[in-house]
Amino acid sequence: MEAADLIAAAALGLAGGMVGGLLGVGGGILFVPALAIFADLTQVEAESTSLLAIVGVAVLGTWRQRRYGNVRLADGLLIGVLSPLGVGLGVVVANEVSQRALELGFAALALLIAAQLAARALRPPSSADASPAPDAVSSDG
Amino acid sequence: MIATAAGAFSGLFGVGGGTIIVPLLVFWLGFGEREATGTSLAAIIVIGGVAAGAQAIYGNVDVAKAALVGVPALGGVVAGAALQQRLPERLIAGLFALLLIAIAVELIL
Repeated sequence: MEAADLIAAAALGLAGGMVGGLLGVGGGILFVPALAIFADLTQVEAESTSLLAIVGVAVLGTWRQRRYGNVRLADGLLIGVLSPLGVGLGVVVANEVSQRALELGFAALALLIAAQLAARALRPPSSADASPAPDAVSSDG
Repeated sequence: MIATAAGAFSGLFGVGGGTIIVPLLVFWLGFGEREATGTSLAAIIVIGGVAAGAQAIYGNVDVAKAALVGVPALGGVVAGAALQQRLPERLIAGLFALLLIAIAVELIL
């Protein structure tokens, strides 16, 4: 890895943390391309390595959100504990399909999340948003 | 259902599954958006750990490179919260949407 690639991967990591905090996701959607494009990993290696990075983001994010009373810990842990069936399925498929199929699937997921973000960018501000918007057209949230 | 779907996404795509968990908690279980966000993160700790462990069995996990993106990401979580105080959330969301579209194009080509 060259220095420029190193910096680019770290910068996408930083951005992944930001989007993670913003959306309640782990940031993997940016970690995976960072690792695949700049860190010389194959798609399946990048996805696997991303999972480890996600755990750290999720721990920090949960801790921060918990202070605001936003975490239903029992429900969150229940979802986690029930997940291994799906995880096993996903891991086996990821290791069986071609690199190209995995890339295209991931690109589709990136577009799905882009659409979620675009919807957030375009909707009228609600009263729950932190930033004051006194001149905003009123909405029912 | 939510757990299985999120787990499959996580194992398959190397993401935490939050993309699936948050909308399902909101639409199926009636969680508020902020509550769904926080609860999703707690679920991701477990899902990410399980999925990383499973992929490690296949020898796919590179710990040093996980730190390469994961450590700056911890700074990003904090910086993101600070940035939200200064920039409209809608602007940030719009910029990330463009970034993800660029990534999708890069992967498809």
